[in-house]
Amino acid sequence: MATTTTKPETLVGKRIRRREDPRLITGSATYVEDIKMPGMHYAVIVRSPHAAAKIRSIDTKKAAAAKSVVAVFTGKDTEGVGPVPCGASLPDLRVPHHHILATDRVYFVGHPVAVVVATDRYLARDAADLVEVDYQVLPAVADPEKALAKGAPAVHPEWPDNIAFNFHQDGGDYAKAAAEADVVVKQRITSQRLIPTAMETRGVVAEWRAADRQLNLYSSTQIPHLLRTLLAMMLGLEENRLRVVTPEVGGGFGSKLNVYAEEALMGFVAMKINKPVKWIETRRENFLTTIHGRGHVDYYEIAAKNDGTILGIKLKIIQDLGAYHQLLTPAIPTLSVLMMPGLYRTKNITADVVGVFTNCVPTDAYRGAGRPEATHGIERMVDILAAKLNMDPAEIRLKNFVLNEEFPFPTATGLIYDSGDYAAPLKKALGIVDYRKLRMEQAESRKQGKLMGIGIATYGEICAFGPSPATPAGGWESATVKIDPSGKVTVLTGASPHGQGEETTFAQIAADELGVDIDDILVLHGDTAIVQYGIGTFGSRGTAVGGTAVYFALQDLKAKIKKYGAMLLGSDDVSFSGGQVTCNKTGSTKSLQEIAGATYRAMQLPPNTEPGLQATTFWEPPNFTFPFGAHIVITDVERDTGAISIRRYVAVDDCGNILNPLIVDGQVHGGVAQGIGQALWEQAVYDDNGQLLTGELTDYVLPKAHMMPWIESSHTITPSPVNPLGVKGIGEAGTIGCSPAVVNSVVDALSPLGVQHIDMPMTPEKIWKLVKGGAA
Amino acid sequence: MNINLTINGTSHSHDVEPRLLLIHYLREVVGLTGPHVGCETSLCGACTIELNGKAVKSCTMFAVQANGARIVTIEGLAANGKLHAMQEAFWNEHGAQCGFCTPGMIMASKQILDRNPRPTDEEIRHGLAGNLCRCTGYQHIVNAVRAAAKAGA
Repeated sequence: MATTTTKPETLVGKRIRRREDPRLITGSATYVEDIKMPGMHYAVIVRSPHAAAKIRSIDTKKAAAAKSVVAVFTGKDTEGVGPVPCGASLPDLRVPHHHILATDRVYFVGHPVAVVVATDRYLARDAADLVEVDYQVLPAVADPEKALAKGAPAVHPEWPDNIAFNFHQDGGDYAKAAAEADVVVKQRITSQRLIPTAMETRGVVAEWRAADRQLNLYSSTQIPHLLRTLLAMMLGLEENRLRVVTPEVGGGFGSKLNVYAEEALMGFVAMKINKPVKWIETRRENFLTTIHGRGHVDYYEIAAKNDGTILGIKLKIIQDLGAYHQLLTPAIPTLSVLMMPGLYRTKNITADVVGVFTNCVPTDAYRGAGRPEATHGIERMVDILAAKLNMDPAEIRLKNFVLNEEFPFPTATGLIYDSGDYAAPLKKALGIVDYRKLRMEQAESRKQGKLMGIGIATYGEICAFGPSPATPAGGWESATVKIDPSGKVTVLTGASPHGQGEETTFAQIAADELGVDIDDILVLHGDTAIVQYGIGTFGSRGTAVGGTAVYFALQDLKAKIKKYGAMLLGSDDVSFSGGQVTCNKTGSTKSLQEIAGATYRAMQLPPNTEPGLQATTFWEPPNFTFPFGAHIVITDVERDTGAISIRRYVAVDDCGNILNPLIVDGQVHGGVAQGIGQALWEQAVYDDNGQLLTGELTDYVLPKAHMMPWIESSHTITPSPVNPLGVKGIGEAGTIGCSPAVVNSVVDALSPLGVQHIDMPMTPEKIWKLVKGGAA
Repeated sequence: MNINLTINGTSHSHDVEPRLLLIHYLREVVGLTGPHVGCETSLCGACTIELNGKAVKSCTMFAVQANGARIVTIEGLAANGKLHAMQEAFWNEHGAQCGFCTPGMIMASKQILDRNPRPTDEEIRHGLAGNLCRCTGYQHIVNAVRAAAKAGA
């Protein structure tokens, strides 16, 4: 019989390799595309080639008659399916009805119009080309500022101004701050549209078991339970008859924190044909139809004293929403407003957001979701202010940080920053690069006509979403821990990790709390038939909220283990450690395995105690967490080509306590790569007709190995008081701290030429024009 | 068309449609799950396999073009229950996050060392230029290749 091994050393904080990796490095992991079922059918979706058009007619006869095709469905067939949901609520929000298939009109290139279902995947694709759609092409608008102009084409005819919402927030008194200021600096700053590009595209397998009235739906998603609730509503199916399974997920970055038309469509198709059906998104479809990120045009104003004290910040955000609201689309820019003060003490802000419809795919949460935009804006503005006042960018930041004694710090936007030592990571980063010496080196190199830049960005982010009243769908997370009669441990987490390594970190927590070997612990997630209701993994919440739920479930379990141990030992004076309960008087012990067996055998029960050894916690966080940090980037710009090379990248991040440094490093590196991608290369470009010009990996430049600098990652540690683990979150930090650091560095390099600001991406062409004295 | 080939040391013979892509042959006909389709255009490298000793992208080759070939996929790297040194290095160095690019990334990494057992970091990075990863920022992958080189992979 297997035994539970006890273990003296603790694992939390150790750099241990991941427990999910054996299946990944051997190619045996199961992604949606790997699911095979007898009688599997394949779906191919017919999509609009136009950004705006009326559908005059759809002829499916030829497609339906094609070899291997069993069904073709159009918008008329799916009218009974509920709309694609928007989970965000704002006052007077205009919400267009979002059918899963277009009915009489299409609103963006890629808009689903029909679905062809066949027994063979190649023949399904062939048949899709036989669906004939007669379009009356209409004028389109793909740029949010153009969409606001008078006479612009109306994306939705019922709202000719293209405005989905206006949102306003004040804190303190910005007008007074500006009146008292010695200086007010202004700048238009954009955060371009980005394509999340998870390496695994979306995919769905749906299987209808008619006799059981049971729909099994496998989807590459970050939110299996929320998806189940919302899909059940869309399909008119009782929620307990829908099982959502999230197998291995090949990256999300927010793009799979959503409910998509295709997920409901595959459920609909499976129920209609009474056979399993698979749809795998092509990369081209992924670029056209999976949500994009960012899409901001920001107008900033910052009021300050001559000594660099920031008195107030004014911000107007024009948010490109795309044609529809996906799950959180309108909420994303409001997160930018929440974080607009950054790490600074100023209590005076005023912000306006206008959400604008365009004939493009919707924007929504992409790594950082609203916070990178806010951080990019404030960190650029602080540099612009420093330049105006002829101050050092490090000095002006240190002057304005929230002070250590001010925590918990109520911000101008109504948040409470949990804990921090904001100067610490900046000072550490300055030390790592030997800042004073570096500035001297820069002065020397400038004398030789070289363009060397030093960019500093500090950031604060809001993580661990979040207290339920402040979130659209509940901000808690759940965990069940169960110990088998043999003493082996299973952790069921409602968070649905997809690369973040929580099968390892949660096992570390459980191993330490129970004092058992990590090999005795199994962490399961992502199946609504197995795991209790949960919220999911996004917003750097997995460990801070999901891990804390695991921790509290373990505390309940430990109390029960002690009770049973005390009963078996016949003593009230017992302690539990190292995987066994010990009588403090006699020193006699009962192992976890013996106790577990006794709880199920239940020959004798302690007073008021149930048999079995299982505990479930739904943990509601009292606040968000607020990680912070400083990134410093040293760049060299080549005059003749406009090429930017990153000489050094130093990241000092404070994510609170670190459970596994190896995993935290990986999160920082990946986050920085996406930040550098935005700063230098990535941009979703639509032409005036709403055609996506960067619709393939050939045109949309992702960072490759040889394009990335070495990232020097280190940390300061300020535990969060919000959860007992003291963790803050690290999933998005790299992305948030990165883009302003890179841009500040390149602007610094070009500052001798009079350059004050550069919008992203800083392509060689753009930089070359600036060096030559042209417009960016 | 009938094709005969060796995959991970086992002979296979199948009658296939001329337009069947090699990746779909490996996944749908042979039943492998390691090579992944990430882009269908040979840009991402998730489908990378070894064909007659060379790392190739199986999404832009027809199965019939592999007639007579000797193919090794990620599933064929471990021998006698022991992971290949490159797999072990990816595990130790946290070279995988979501894991989707990983099989192709490991096959491309193996090729780097097959050609040059002692590559510089620069050579490793350029050797990986055909394989995209969106999770890791590549740093731990570079560490893994370096560690595998040290281990004599």
